[in-house]
Amino acid sequence: MTMNVSELCNVNDQTIIRLRLLLLLFISSALTLSSSFVQADGKLLGTAGASPVEGGGGGGLIPWAMLAGYATQDEWAGVAAVSHTDMTDFRMNSLSVAANYHDRVELSFGRIDFRSKAGGDVTRQNVAGLKVRLLGDLIYGDEPVVSVGVQYKSLLDTDTARASGAKDTTGTDFYVSAARVWLDGLVDRTVLLNANLRNTEANQLGLLGFGGDEGGREWLFEGAAAVYLDRYWAVGVEYREKPDNLSALREEDWAGIFVAYFPSKSVSVTAAYLNLGDVAGESNQSGMYLSTQGSF
Amino acid sequence: MKILGLVTFLSLFVLFVVGCQSIGLKERGLQEQEVQGTHVQDDRLYRDLGGLQGIESLVDLAIEKIQNDPRVFHHFDGTNWDRFREKQIEHICVLAGGGCTYTGDTMIDVHTGMNINEAEFNAIADNIYRSMEKLDIPVGARNRLLAILARMRGEVIYR
Repeated sequence: MTMNVSELCNVNDQTIIRLRLLLLLFISSALTLSSSFVQADGKLLGTAGASPVEGGGGGGLIPWAMLAGYATQDEWAGVAAVSHTDMTDFRMNSLSVAANYHDRVELSFGRIDFRSKAGGDVTRQNVAGLKVRLLGDLIYGDEPVVSVGVQYKSLLDTDTARASGAKDTTGTDFYVSAARVWLDGLVDRTVLLNANLRNTEANQLGLLGFGGDEGGREWLFEGAAAVYLDRYWAVGVEYREKPDNLSALREEDWAGIFVAYFPSKSVSVTAAYLNLGDVAGESNQSGMYLSTQGSF
Repeated sequence: MKILGLVTFLSLFVLFVVGCQSIGLKERGLQEQEVQGTHVQDDRLYRDLGGLQGIESLVDLAIEKIQNDPRVFHHFDGTNWDRFREKQIEHICVLAGGGCTYTGDTMIDVHTGMNINEAEFNAIADNIYRSMEKLDIPVGARNRLLAILARMRGEVIYR
């Protein structure tokens, strides 16, 4: 039996190896460069957010307007995060890294794995993200943070997308995002609000491909609201409108209620209960989400 | 679902605009009153900080942290710590609605020439906040003082 070159190379797993190397590169860069570059420490604790499943700075389900990590305008930051979602009939894992240059530009790479608990093949997707802070600040001054972002998504495993009737197996999302913190907001507690408008045709984040027989690109709303109980703990909610492009597989909006813990500027942990509606033909998907993020 | 999304987005957007405008207004109001050396406000924050004694403990602890903070202590070479302490106590007392009079220089005059950056400002805010934590000042009071200090950032950084 002969084997061709592509089987030997196994391009799909090379990408996850590349992501791990990128992670190592970030960590070693942080160690070697931290003496010559001004490395991140600058933002107030808890105001760097977490990392959503698609990577970059944000919450759990959606990106937020502020850039990943604790870099202020003279600094850089790196962030690495993993997440695990256990829903009724599926499991979803993500791994992402992001770099923040001077709190102006954020570059991120993420991988999402999605598989049925009933067995079968995994669906893997890469997400490459770029986010630019246009103006404003989360806490200070008169203007909220306003950012624009783009996410280039490509499926490594395209069988499910094709079988579902999706038009494409790669796609690009665009979004504009605004966020603000009121230090003494509700009942003297620190409050955060974030709102996104996303232009997308990705089915279930892109895991079921892009576009379909019942729709294409549209503008969708995403929002988050959080209250900081003290500097270390925040609770909040996220909401993500979804398209519903595939007649074969109904798609519903996602919602989550989360608790985030920021023991230091180096690490944060987020746990959430998610309500995901119908996913890939299975109804009433809900479950737990857990993610950990390291910042440097 | 789409209409709900649009309504929610518009409400949040309005909230942003109104919220940011009110912060802007507070900032301008604060600057005017600060120049006059008085602050017209109820004394709820002053009491929650523990009155004058509480503010003195807070400033003492904050100074200790600042003196040991490598991110910022280079800005304090040659500082007269007694005067710094006295003026800080007066300033916080005024900002918190206590009956003091601030006799120090304006924030702009004090910080001109130092070229303080965002990270250094946050480091000082952090030292003050951690001092309040250590003294068990209630969370609400911590946030209120931090919010007042945050509104002065424009007079402090990059001068």
